[in-house]
Amino acid sequence: MIALSDYLILGAILFGISVAGIFLNRKNVIILLMSIELMLLAVNINFIAFSHYLNDLAGQVFVFFILTVAAAESAIGLAIIIVLFRRRNTINIQDLDSLKG
Amino acid sequence: MTFEQLAFYFLASVAVISAMMVITVRNPVRAALFLILTFFTVACIWMLLEAEFLAIVLVLVYVGAVMVLFLFVVMMLDVDIDQLREGFGEYLPIGATVAVIILLQLVIVLSSGPFEIDQMPAPAAASAEYGNTHQLGLLLYTYYVYPFELAAVLLLLAIVAAISLGLRGRVSSKKQKPDEQVRVRKKDRLRIVKMNAEKQD
Repeated sequence: MIALSDYLILGAILFGISVAGIFLNRKNVIILLMSIELMLLAVNINFIAFSHYLNDLAGQVFVFFILTVAAAESAIGLAIIIVLFRRRNTINIQDLDSLKG
Repeated sequence: MTFEQLAFYFLASVAVISAMMVITVRNPVRAALFLILTFFTVACIWMLLEAEFLAIVLVLVYVGAVMVLFLFVVMMLDVDIDQLREGFGEYLPIGATVAVIILLQLVIVLSSGPFEIDQMPAPAAASAEYGNTHQLGLLLYTYYVYPFELAAVLLLLAIVAAISLGLRGRVSSKKQKPDEQVRVRKKDRLRIVKMNAEKQD
């Protein structure tokens, strides 16, 4: 039988990979968005694994809402990227310093 | 080793390898395609966890809609990949270190006992009549009906926001500009010409 810790460790590995992805691709906004999606997926694996092993469907309801929020987030994020590219002709994070942060 | 274990380890390794490819490949299109593979594999893992409804939703919504949107945007934007890749190796050591430390800490905690098979045994497989979608629907439309409606409002908000961000006002469209209409003065529009009255013959 597969232990719960196997699923949780799979989620942890995916989470670690996406954290590394945010560090590595810090110039490319599209890959950054993909890393965030991967992170949410890792969290969802944990929710569903706990929901299965504790026999409680509330975890799956949470995953349902997380999927909704993630879809909305990526749609708006990509729209922002398109507007950005239209205005500045680049999506390099380094060039987006007009706020002088 | 049972078939279930074999399937789990195969799917888990495919998911991890394709996730690694997502963050390391040069080409954003390939990254998006590997992300699709990751999502699909994780959907299969959710099937192992008897979450059929969410597995199908993941495939339909993510692979079908969100990733196609990603691919669409990646292909539409003419991105200079070399410029975006510079500094990739620069942050590799610290990125890898942070990720490995996070992973190590999580693995230490997660494999410390309470989540092992003897502490938390796997539940018996559900009977053939059990419907995951049915049960989830019962829960979603009773206890979670207000969050469900809020999620619908959130999706509507996302639609409006995405459209209004992407909308480029048409040059040819005729519309009123109330601010200029209010600000207008008499001298902008009316010109009084002084001239002598002509004599009628």
